[in-house]
Amino acid sequence: MGARPTDEPTPKAAPKLTVVGVLGELLITAGVVVMLFLGWYMWLDDIISGTEQQAAGVEVQQQLQQEWERSEAITERPAIDNGEPVVAEPAADGEVFATLIVPRFGADWVRPIAGGIDLSTVLNNRQIGVGHYPDTQMPGEMGNFAIAAHRTTFGAPFADIGELRVGDLIYVETADGWYEYGFRGLEYVWPTYVSVLEPVPREPSVEATDRFLTMTSCNPRFSSAERIIAYAVMENWYPRADGPPAAISGLVEAAGS
Amino acid sequence: MLEAATDVYASLWRILPGPAWVRILILVVAAVLIVAALVEWVFPWASDTFLPQDSTVEG
Repeated sequence: MGARPTDEPTPKAAPKLTVVGVLGELLITAGVVVMLFLGWYMWLDDIISGTEQQAAGVEVQQQLQQEWERSEAITERPAIDNGEPVVAEPAADGEVFATLIVPRFGADWVRPIAGGIDLSTVLNNRQIGVGHYPDTQMPGEMGNFAIAAHRTTFGAPFADIGELRVGDLIYVETADGWYEYGFRGLEYVWPTYVSVLEPVPREPSVEATDRFLTMTSCNPRFSSAERIIAYAVMENWYPRADGPPAAISGLVEAAGS
Repeated sequence: MLEAATDVYASLWRILPGPAWVRILILVVAAVLIVAALVEWVFPWASDTFLPQDSTVEG
């Protein structure tokens, strides 16, 4: 082509491929790929997927607001007493029906919640990340609203679950409004302890007279040996008509604009 | 130049057409595509297969 002959080194025979040379280079390449994988696993993916899940959470907030506005226009809703929360409709598997807002995880932290705990469609999904155990109750219902999310990798929505402090407020936002939960405590259990999902966690025979929120994730970090469980109890409910609770009004208005 | 010490990548460099900057461009684009494919498909699969992070309780 147009290459000047002076740029070319003196022509010489192509070096012969040797088995050891090829093998060595392939091993070096494999090493680089493994290093890349570890960087992605420990760090990069949380940024990539976490950013996408956060953006998806803000988008869901806007959709919930619009959904509420539409239904408000179509039918007149009965006036809602702040004391009796609306019970959310059960969600289909993979259907995003709410957002989770945890100020302890970050001032503007919000993630979508979908029905079901399927890995590929919900928990590993870069647009979702938090899943609702299908056989547990819905927000506003007496019993246990149980959700799961990764603590490491795939966006790691519950990366800071161990940082929760007693009294921390946790919000679940649906088209109807905001359910406010107060964090009560952490528990560490074996992966088979499904009784944490009972209407009254760990008390299968007791009838629920409270509205619980149970968050499950893996423990220790980067392991599946145990589970970490966070319990919260619903303390308040804010119908959308009256606007968001003061503690998260900034976050909600930022999503709406 | 390095001769027998580098086999695969030296051959790759020789096979690529054009002047040096074109070859570098091709290699950079190829590297970006490969890393993107790794992040998009290979790493999530490897993570699920070899280092599962199970966050749910089940009986």
